[in-house]
Amino acid sequence: MRATLRNLSLRALRVWQRDADVYFTTWKTEFLPPLLEPILYVLAFGLGLGQLIRHVEYGGRTLGYLEFMAPGIVAVAIMFWAFFESTFSSYVRMYYQKTFDAILATPLLVEDVILGELLWATSKSVIAATIMLGVLTALGLVAWPTGLWVVPIAFFGGLLFSAIGLLFTSMVKTISQFNVPMFTIIMPMFTFGGTFFPIDILPRWALTVAWCLPLTHVAFLTRSAILGFASPHLWVSAVYVVAASLVLAAWALARMKRRLVP
Amino acid sequence: MNGLPGTSAIQARDLCKAYAGMEAVRGVSFDVAPGEVVGFLGPNGAGKTTTVRMISCFLPPTSGTATVYGVDVRTSPREVKRMLGVCPQEDNLDPDFDVLKNLLAYGRYFGIPGREIRERAERLLDFVQLADRKKSGVQELSGGMKRRLVLARALLNEPRILILDEPTTGLDPQARHAIWTRVRSLRATGVTVLLTTHYMEEAAQLCDRVVVIDNGKILMQGAPADLVRREVGSTVVEAWNFDRAFADFLGALPGRLEEVGDRLYYYPGAEDHVERLLDERFPHQERLIRRATLEDVFLKLTGRALRD
Repeated sequence: MRATLRNLSLRALRVWQRDADVYFTTWKTEFLPPLLEPILYVLAFGLGLGQLIRHVEYGGRTLGYLEFMAPGIVAVAIMFWAFFESTFSSYVRMYYQKTFDAILATPLLVEDVILGELLWATSKSVIAATIMLGVLTALGLVAWPTGLWVVPIAFFGGLLFSAIGLLFTSMVKTISQFNVPMFTIIMPMFTFGGTFFPIDILPRWALTVAWCLPLTHVAFLTRSAILGFASPHLWVSAVYVVAASLVLAAWALARMKRRLVP
Repeated sequence: MNGLPGTSAIQARDLCKAYAGMEAVRGVSFDVAPGEVVGFLGPNGAGKTTTVRMISCFLPPTSGTATVYGVDVRTSPREVKRMLGVCPQEDNLDPDFDVLKNLLAYGRYFGIPGREIRERAERLLDFVQLADRKKSGVQELSGGMKRRLVLARALLNEPRILILDEPTTGLDPQARHAIWTRVRSLRATGVTVLLTTHYMEEAAQLCDRVVVIDNGKILMQGAPADLVRREVGSTVVEAWNFDRAFADFLGALPGRLEEVGDRLYYYPGAEDHVERLLDERFPHQERLIRRATLEDVFLKLTGRALRD
């Protein structure tokens, strides 16, 4: 582990740059999902579900459902973009395209490649969250300037979920095996991670479980930033997210290295 | 940083690699002199690629040492890889980029400044005759074009050593000769080349020296012509539709006889009168007398059993 960390270098940015180049050559189509996603949600939940649930009690305040839910979809995007990039996309680059092999013939080391992949998956979360923040601002759903906190939250949240994704990339034998973490970890967080309803209404045990999930903390931080809420508990979640992202990233590095260097 | 004058371009001592539950390389030692073209010959699974991948810092050796111009592959992989140009067995061009961008992106990994990369890329695309395909996607290229692009990419960092892992496997004769021509012109500029192949003609065409590997060990090495002379002699008799009397006759002569299916191979060694002898004794026997090749050496050393 120590050797792995010592081999980390800024050359990882070359790998990041490669992935970013691919992304930005098709930016018109790449930007579409994060632009349209919040609009779709806002339409569906605002016009549809919002008619059924008029108000949500949250943090001692009464919010419109849309107001409550909008930060949730940003948190979900942070999770999805990083996770998909570091699983399916990284796996395609590693296994089908042999992109890592090509890079490893240059002065870059395996650690640079893995860190570059982590940082790129993280960047996808940051990009998506930033675009969504813009859309939600236009819709009048963001409190400024606290909304800006979404960017660093997306960074550490993105790192956390890309590390989780890369851990699975280091283990799966076929690409279809990503369905396992997808439906046992990601989807439960998507539904129970404080995204679409306030988790305080859950029974005690379920609430405890929910607070163990990374997305719950990312969603809590994101919502507080976008709504402009302050709470002493924010520190707990911030420490959780930063610590978990760093620990999991180090773990993912070590696991991936073992996979790539037999 | 590149070692002392007179040091080997590549030096390997007792290299071993065990992985996936088997010993792929079992104690390989060899030297490659600067400017030399050395070919690793061996059947599939012999350990050629594993050896080459240890030299090029893809795989850490289980034991043994390897240095490139005096630099240890284990402790200084970045420095070693800076001196190498690697053409891998499998095409790993970047399918997300066009031809030119493949080179530009690759140059960045070496930290070559942008303008310099562009100049080199243009020059190399001319060299491999892909200058008119700059904007083509990698998928649109033929197998031969892809290989040429891989070669251009391997030359981007102006390597002192070119590593070619089965550079022409699966190519048609035109494409193969195109690669050979370029490798020969590189050799003329003093680039050291380490290549693996199981095409004997390729080895004979390109290599100053061949190293025959099987079961993870070096069986023999030498200049192609010397190896043929030493191991097989100058001529080979191939016969078919033969009877026992003919086989027994050859068997009684000095030299080596091999019966494979419906074909008989006779290696007379030093015997030069074999043609006259056969004309006299078995004038109607269907046969072919040909020059011995590296392939005969290869089959003698590694046997005829199928490997996969």
